[in-house]
Amino acid sequence: MPYPESLVAPMRAEMVKMGAVELRTVAEVDAALGSASGTALVFVNSVCGCAAGNARPALALALQHRVKPHQVVTVFAGQDLDATARARSYFGEYQPSSPSVALLRDGEVVHFVHRHQIEGKNPHAVAADLIAAFDRMSEVRSEK
Amino acid sequence: MSGHVFHPGHSELHGITVVVETAGALWVGRFHEVTPKGILLHDAGRHEDGAGESREEFLRKVKKFGIRQTHQNALIPEAEVVRISKLGELD
Repeated sequence: MPYPESLVAPMRAEMVKMGAVELRTVAEVDAALGSASGTALVFVNSVCGCAAGNARPALALALQHRVKPHQVVTVFAGQDLDATARARSYFGEYQPSSPSVALLRDGEVVHFVHRHQIEGKNPHAVAADLIAAFDRMSEVRSEK
Repeated sequence: MSGHVFHPGHSELHGITVVVETAGALWVGRFHEVTPKGILLHDAGRHEDGAGESREEFLRKVKKFGIRQTHQNALIPEAEVVRISKLGELD
């Protein structure tokens, strides 16, 4: 059952403030991810304080890196159910997890950070993993 | 906003993705609490020994692709538990 909107609004705002585009409908998800070209980061947001409370600041840190995905979008698990399910349909065999981060290149998942990889870690450690993935993504693109 | 925890007063493992080893099976899921009937996991996946892949292979896939959920809620009797580990801390 979704939490009251008043409670999750600050968590949505935190994502928008760092530059993520919030996707709240299936149509918005398809418009953002359906073209399957370029690079995209999908952050699956969550109310969970013990994991998402680290994941959001981690992403904010990672997005300060000089290399980052062309698109940064977010869906909210447990809140925007249809949009989240649709976003997960783009993740291939990666199972639902929230919070989580999927990095896609030309429609394929090239890096995935599950909830268990965020739990107990500080934001800097999670950000370092994301930044390394951004750099690898950049190297692959420059080789093409 | 970040860092706010909505569930104070729970076990240290509350909300953490754990691996629960029993004599004949392996469970992976989000630890909720210990109840009088056992350990309650949410969104759990179960691996049964002898079902094909080894425990190591099952865990390798879980770490890469996540938990293929078989039980929304799983209650594992404490007497059957051999070990509990945090998935994120397993090599």
